[in-house]
Amino acid sequence: MAEPLLCVENLVKRFGGIAATDHLSLEVASGELHAIIGPNGAGKTTLISQLTGQLSPSSGTIRFAGKDITRLPAWRRSRLGLARSFQVTSLLSDFTAIDNVALAAQAHDGHSFHFWRNARGETHLRDAARSALERVGLERRAEIVVSKFSHGEQRQLELAVALAARPQLLLLDEPMAGLGVTESAAMVRLLLELRREVTIVLVEHDMDAVFALADRITVLVYGRVIASGVPSAIRKDEEVKRAYLGDTHVVTRHG
Amino acid sequence: MTASLNARAAVAALVAAGLLLLPLYSQLSGNIFVLTLFTRIVIFALAASSLNLIMGYGGMMSFGHAAYLGIGGYAVGILAFEGIGSGFIQWPVALVVSALFALAIGALSLRTRGVYFIMITLAFAQMAYYVASGLSRYGGDDGLTIYKRSDFGGLIDLSSRLQFYYLCLFCLFGGIYLIWRIVNSRFGMVVQGVRSNEQRMQAIGFPATRYRLICFVISGTLCGLAGALLANNTDFVSPSVMYWTRSGDLMVMVIFGGMGSLFGPVVGTIVYLLLEESLSRITEYWALIMGPLLLLIVVFGRGGIFGLLGRLKGG
Repeated sequence: MAEPLLCVENLVKRFGGIAATDHLSLEVASGELHAIIGPNGAGKTTLISQLTGQLSPSSGTIRFAGKDITRLPAWRRSRLGLARSFQVTSLLSDFTAIDNVALAAQAHDGHSFHFWRNARGETHLRDAARSALERVGLERRAEIVVSKFSHGEQRQLELAVALAARPQLLLLDEPMAGLGVTESAAMVRLLLELRREVTIVLVEHDMDAVFALADRITVLVYGRVIASGVPSAIRKDEEVKRAYLGDTHVVTRHG
Repeated sequence: MTASLNARAAVAALVAAGLLLLPLYSQLSGNIFVLTLFTRIVIFALAASSLNLIMGYGGMMSFGHAAYLGIGGYAVGILAFEGIGSGFIQWPVALVVSALFALAIGALSLRTRGVYFIMITLAFAQMAYYVASGLSRYGGDDGLTIYKRSDFGGLIDLSSRLQFYYLCLFCLFGGIYLIWRIVNSRFGMVVQGVRSNEQRMQAIGFPATRYRLICFVISGTLCGLAGALLANNTDFVSPSVMYWTRSGDLMVMVIFGGMGSLFGPVVGTIVYLLLEESLSRITEYWALIMGPLLLLIVVFGRGGIFGLLGRLKGG
């Protein structure tokens, strides 16, 4: 097998005495949708933040597309093709939807030390933004200021922003969080389409969604990997059942 | 939305026309003082506009912006004192020194956020103030008289009241045009994006600090130009133009007019300096009236006068 797109080795992140990430190793193959699940406090978001560069690990290495990116700042990783969505929606709330997305396209179109030409007049950025908005079904809302968006629309827009960066790897931190039943279903349909085009790491609480989408699942508990494999194997894994899936309340929370 | 845009555009056009025609009024009415007053207003409007670029568009609350007024002014004053009277040398030096100063303090202070940023910019400006006070060769505390205004050969005569006014106005309009181009460019989009959500901008691939720093330098340079104009206007430069209250005045002008609106700081400056002028004639405690007024504008007119304008007509 070729080298995995993302390869995490022995990653450790300590906050004081607590190891939020505890000698964690993980491989994500190119083209797969890899879900990361675990109870609250398992260190899922901490892991994502280390992958994207918002947090710097205490030790261990992260390799992406054959390159050691462990110490690269967030913006450099993004340039390499690593895009993320945030668990708590984090958009430019006083910008319009299309400006949000166009900025992501602009970030991957050379440097931005252009002081004179009207950026909103650059058709290739606008077109890229429009097609990303179309992907997530927001094309009619392009000129609306984001603060006027519903929560569901903001989640969709998060995805459009990540897509506009034309990433090799998409890190999605709970894209379903706070969505209603129909919105969740729409998001699952959208992710089913996207997974054909881009490698995805998905952190999610919604078990129905995870088992519907994932090629492989990694289960975290207290910052450690307790199991990793295809969904059917994870379903049967005794340790996982004990630690996590046995808690029916969690499993059916969004169902 | 469009209605409010139109209201603002109308006010901006009206103010611009008024400023352009002011010398005519001064000539016809024989009121020379009004031209002197408005020369000063136009210069401060340029300084306020430059501050608006980082404060309104970039979200960088610099509390030391008056430092560039002093640096631009001292560049002109010191060169004149040393016998270099040519504006073609004085002004580029004023701009370059302002830019370098902005680069240095920006590189240090942009590592901090919020209150710390305000305090650090304030501290650097105060340092500049004390350095200027210590320049005993150039008047120290008492300041430096400039006996001859910058010499631009036959191009323009700065000692002509009229020509000087139009030069200042040209610089103001040029500065605003430049800011307008910048805020709508790719660079400007990035700077405004960082103001809105820095973490997000990093995550989509922008090295935020670089863009903020360059914006900070552009703003400082523009204010340095205002400093060169101001020194020529008063034929004098002293440390007091850099004092922290001066920086505060500039902030108030920007907030009065409306942060992040292109023409707001011009209107804010006009209102502020006209109020100061007229109130100080009535009472020496004019600040007692100005203070509550500012409070009212901040509480009820979020977005300043230009913000109010938008809501009155647009609602």
